[in-house]
Amino acid sequence: MIGALLLRDMRLATRAGGSAALALAFFAAVATLVPLGVGADLRLLMRIASGVLWVAAVLAALLSLDRLFQADFEDGSLDVIALAPLSLETVAATKIAAHWLTTGLPLTLLSPLLGVMFGLPPRAIAVLTLSLAIGTPAVSALGAIGAGLTMSIRRGGLILPLLVLPLLAPAVIFGAGAVQAALDGLSSGALLFLAAFAVATTLLSPFAAGAAVRLNLAG
Amino acid sequence: MAGSVAGHGDVVGQLQYLDVQKLTCIRGQRVLFRDLGFRVDAGQVLSLEGPNGAGKTSLLRVLAGLLPAAGGTVALVFGSESETDADERARKVAWLGHNDAAKPQLTPREMLAFFARLYGTRADVDAALGAVGLAKLADLACGYLSAGQKKRLALARLKVAERPVWLLDEPLSSLDADGRKRALDLINAHIMFGGIVVAATHEALGVASQRLSLGAPA
Repeated sequence: MIGALLLRDMRLATRAGGSAALALAFFAAVATLVPLGVGADLRLLMRIASGVLWVAAVLAALLSLDRLFQADFEDGSLDVIALAPLSLETVAATKIAAHWLTTGLPLTLLSPLLGVMFGLPPRAIAVLTLSLAIGTPAVSALGAIGAGLTMSIRRGGLILPLLVLPLLAPAVIFGAGAVQAALDGLSSGALLFLAAFAVATTLLSPFAAGAAVRLNLAG
Repeated sequence: MAGSVAGHGDVVGQLQYLDVQKLTCIRGQRVLFRDLGFRVDAGQVLSLEGPNGAGKTSLLRVLAGLLPAAGGTVALVFGSESETDADERARKVAWLGHNDAAKPQLTPREMLAFFARLYGTRADVDAALGAVGLAKLADLACGYLSAGQKKRLALARLKVAERPVWLLDEPLSSLDADGRKRALDLINAHIMFGGIVVAATHEALGVASQRLSLGAPA
């Protein structure tokens, strides 16, 4: 049952008109646009790379998160899914997993290429990729809470970032910080903090998101 | 799936009746209905009638366990057991809402296979598509289907859900004559095997049914 929902959500995200390619293209476009605006100072680009790529990744992931529950809510699918022998918490966890697999994971896999574009040394690229691999599940998970809360609001997609971005600040701080430390040749515990943050949010978010969906379904 | 007769009997199980007592529903500040009571026996159809805004859809949502009631009880009685918990009840009902839950990117076959797996049934997807006359469109993306064809797909979903109680919100809307006949065939088959159907409708269903009229909005 969980497998069926996971497969369906991944299919919807990757088929024509799905959100996966869109998020990836957005991520690449922002990362390409920033050097054009900042100029060709490679030292400067190297310094700002981790911050730019992390922020771009978070925004790209949020781009598709507002439809996580809303699309199913609007066309009646969510009523049918709510009657399945799955708790809404399990439904939320499954949707978070599907979102990460179609958004967070591809962003992570694309990031080394963009790191090269910003002139990052190999070690910093490795840390950047690792930090995104650890941190993007937290983006999907925390975003799902916002998606559940805003699913019945017509312009929910505009409110979602306001709700979720402040919560995601720790992920950006630790994720980008880890890369900075690697650039400076320092050892830092940022990746460990990031991992702790990601584990806590990924484990707890399905409960909050499930409760938010329940509230909206009954509203 | 083994013989469809045996299969359908398993679906309905020991269902005896649906019992509703003193049900009250409040939406916003408005009381939609108060102290509503009725009983539907296995093998019967209840059609809900009433003007727009009378609370037909809300009543169906309460019966499904999707919407909490402000008061009263809904019990599904199986053999000697009575399910009054909304979450338990949600596992016994199949839902057809006024939205068709059709994803434009997926094909009817994919949609039904998904719902069957989601509900943990081994229903025959192709047989369900055939029963609603969508066999030839099984592999066409739902985005190309008409409103009536999407409604047919939603009817096929009831079949693969394999649940004893069907809650239908305007099951005949946007269907052509052939579609209506197939919908009624499905409903008749379901009650013949001892299932329960509660349908909100503006027009006569065309099957023998009890009627419940909900009042005008207050």
